[in-house]
Amino acid sequence: MTIQNFSVNGKPVSVDAPDDMALLWVLRDKLGINGPKYGCGINVCKACTCNVNGKAFTPCSTKVSSVRGLDITTIEGLAADGKLHPVQQAWLDLDVSQCGFCQPGQIMAAVALLNRTRTPTDADIDAIDNVCRCGTYGRIRAAIKLAASRMA
Amino acid sequence: MNAIRFDPLVSLKEALLKAEHPNLPVDGPTPGESFVSEGEAPAGISRRSLLTYAVSAPVMTMAAGLSVPGEAQAALPLTPPDITDFYDLGDAITQSSLPTMPLVRLSVGANGRVLFELPRLESGQGISTALAMMIAEEMDVELSMVDVTLSDARPELLFNQLTGGSTTIRSFAGVLPLLAAKARARLVLAASAQLGLPGDQLITVNGSVRAPDGRKLTYATLTLAASLIPPPLDVRPKSASSYRVIGKSARRIDALDIVTGKKRFTMDTPVPDAKPTMVRRPPTILGTVVRVNNLAAIKAMPGVAVMAETFGQAWDAVNALDVTWGGGTIDGENNASITAKLKATVPPFLVPPILGVTLDAEFEMAPLSHAALETDCAIADVKMDASGRPVSCEIWAGMQSPIAAAQSVALDLGLSPTAVKAHVVSSGGSFGRRLFWDPVQQAAQISKALGRPCKLMYHRADDMRHGRMRPPQLHRVRARMLLGQVVSFDHRIASPRLDTRHGFGDLLSAAAVAAPPIIQQTVGNFAVEQILFKTMVASPYNFGVSNKLLLPAPIIMNTASYRSVHIQPTRLVEEIMVDEIAKALGKDPVAFRLSVLRQPRARAVLQAVASAGQWGKVMPKGFAQGIAVHQETRSYTACLVELDTRPVIAGTGPALVTKAVIAIDVGNPVNPSGIDAQVQGALAESISIVLSAGLHVEKGLPLEGSYSQYRFSRNRQYPKDVKVIIMPANGEAIGGLGEVGLSASSAAIANAYARATGTKVRKFPLFFPVDFVPFPPGKLPNRLILPVPV
Repeated sequence: MTIQNFSVNGKPVSVDAPDDMALLWVLRDKLGINGPKYGCGINVCKACTCNVNGKAFTPCSTKVSSVRGLDITTIEGLAADGKLHPVQQAWLDLDVSQCGFCQPGQIMAAVALLNRTRTPTDADIDAIDNVCRCGTYGRIRAAIKLAASRMA
Repeated sequence: MNAIRFDPLVSLKEALLKAEHPNLPVDGPTPGESFVSEGEAPAGISRRSLLTYAVSAPVMTMAAGLSVPGEAQAALPLTPPDITDFYDLGDAITQSSLPTMPLVRLSVGANGRVLFELPRLESGQGISTALAMMIAEEMDVELSMVDVTLSDARPELLFNQLTGGSTTIRSFAGVLPLLAAKARARLVLAASAQLGLPGDQLITVNGSVRAPDGRKLTYATLTLAASLIPPPLDVRPKSASSYRVIGKSARRIDALDIVTGKKRFTMDTPVPDAKPTMVRRPPTILGTVVRVNNLAAIKAMPGVAVMAETFGQAWDAVNALDVTWGGGTIDGENNASITAKLKATVPPFLVPPILGVTLDAEFEMAPLSHAALETDCAIADVKMDASGRPVSCEIWAGMQSPIAAAQSVALDLGLSPTAVKAHVVSSGGSFGRRLFWDPVQQAAQISKALGRPCKLMYHRADDMRHGRMRPPQLHRVRARMLLGQVVSFDHRIASPRLDTRHGFGDLLSAAAVAAPPIIQQTVGNFAVEQILFKTMVASPYNFGVSNKLLLPAPIIMNTASYRSVHIQPTRLVEEIMVDEIAKALGKDPVAFRLSVLRQPRARAVLQAVASAGQWGKVMPKGFAQGIAVHQETRSYTACLVELDTRPVIAGTGPALVTKAVIAIDVGNPVNPSGIDAQVQGALAESISIVLSAGLHVEKGLPLEGSYSQYRFSRNRQYPKDVKVIIMPANGEAIGGLGEVGLSASSAAIANAYARATGTKVRKFPLFFPVDFVPFPPGKLPNRLILPVPV
């Protein structure tokens, strides 16, 4: 038995999982936190994108042991105190989503970008590599800019 | 309909439509008599507080929208009307849905919320939202008060639970407004009795009935009384001039759930004890298991299943299995060898006549992966008796054809169809993939074998390699011109035979559904495939003798319908040819198209993008404009793009679409935001499949196993300047939306590429190197471990 202690969305969790298990399976299969989605398992599609230390990362390609003692933010934890994050609000206002499967990852990637800069350039947005098979890229770009303008 | 007699296939089609199911509820329940039973009531709502409505609406057949040739066209070599002008797949689905529309349920709960149980799959295309808008419009409730759930498989609905062919809104547009209007009328009658005022003095506002004296009764308080009132017969839906919801952009009804992570997909569905399962799949398509060398394990075709506590463990275990495999169906084949077979399938054109000009061309399309973000997956729970015999099964999945899926699971398990309960779960994309339910059958087989609920998920590599695909295609075209006009256009298409066992035809019985892939080669499959082709693919032009011929080749692979099925490749080719014909005739591509388009609506969308996109403007070196027009499912669209080919010239990568102007005419726009979203999504898909996305089949297996190898577009490939022009409501019937956006945008990109580079485009995708190390055949990729960002 190997107990992994870390926090998810500000709440401490303690879970039995081998050190090398990918965090995505700990979140989804053991903790029932389903916001992060599986799409590739190898850091390509980025549908599982979450934040740690304010930065984007993919739990599918992260060992659970490497987040010990850290606080992970998933899409479920983004609306602090029930108030939507400006990125979520911008996503609603511009009706970005289609099927919605990639959007938790898209939103977490956008939040991480805006943590880094409140004046994202088109090149910054181009660097977001998350796949959206429905093709919501135009609205994603507009929503990131809208959220940035509201956060400035 | 008399023009249909031209085609020998029509008798087959009519047979298909007229074949009556013995249980067909021709007369449906009488309105007012169809209260939901206890068992059907949503949890927490008692039967007596619900008002449920049945549809009794006749639906008019969609107007054909044929145009009489104008004077300008009178001298053209006219092409006789196409079958799709009179009757297309959407009409077939609308008609075959109609007899069971009385069974579709709309109800008002004691909380005043309106619930519509939609017998279709929502896969992101916004059908739930558009239908909710129709209900909100007619019932005078806020959109936020309308819930749309996806109905479990209901075998009694027969053909009225198939999602495909961009037909959902078309099928419901004639029915749902009347259904909702009747619901409102009954609520008004109930209020009338309680208020002691005649109904014509009452108005409905925001979920309540209001009297002139200010008294107000909410729907919540009226639903019980209304449920006892038969609906009046003289109800009519609102006229378009009084719309306050339809035609105005509305946000998706599931938008908040999506952005907060609450929206549940199949793998998020809480099914007690359902265990993560992955399958070790063969090194070639449809390969078979000979034996598992290191484990006394289950043999679940077409692979070996591993059930674990987490998907990570299942993945590891799958890779650890040592399996000896038998052959598949296309071992040793690759894209080139399949293409050679396709070429041999298409009869060559004869030597052209001396008179006039002949343009011959041949086009190749690589196979495509549907590549929905949510990989193939399903949950199944097979319950068994003490002797281990299945007694019932419950399944959860994104299914476009849940009735047929449940029937095939029943056959597999030796159960009566009524012993299988199929729950339809909103899916993370589909693009035609989920018309087929092989993951559902596998999950049920595994659940039976392991004696516990199975939560089956494909790894992305398996989804791309062993899921279904749009097979490779070969197109051979000849256009003949005489005296400055096109006098014939002959278009022959060869493709590995498409699996049509998705339930779109009576010819495909439940037995055929359960049959092995060889059934794809049968006469029944051939007939349905031809009917689908003839009722979907059309040319918008007057090209004299115009003929399109589908020649399926007997190559067994995992095929499926792909968004816009045969239409996108066929129309892509035709639009490329139109540019080349215009050039040969010394005409401008837009002016030429305007002179030969058969339909005014097609000309209107073309003119719209040519004007808004400044067609013909001077472009910098390396850039070009491209344009194309298209009609499909009674909708019309045109696209103008600007393409930057400097990356190609510099050898750094595919061309970039820098700008797009798209016009779309769906007849009667319900949700402009949703329409804009669908055509923009189609643009992203066109950029991908024209420029960079395709599968290299090599030794019987696609090399591509992830999005790093299958090059679907990302943010950086999507133009920053996109303008979508939605043509205003024009009194025409609602057309389809989900697929129409592909053809014009993909052809505009191809035509821009040809103009920018002075080349002829013949092979798709245009940039298709194997510049990656494929994952080993028969194995999943190794795990990747990255450091945590600090």
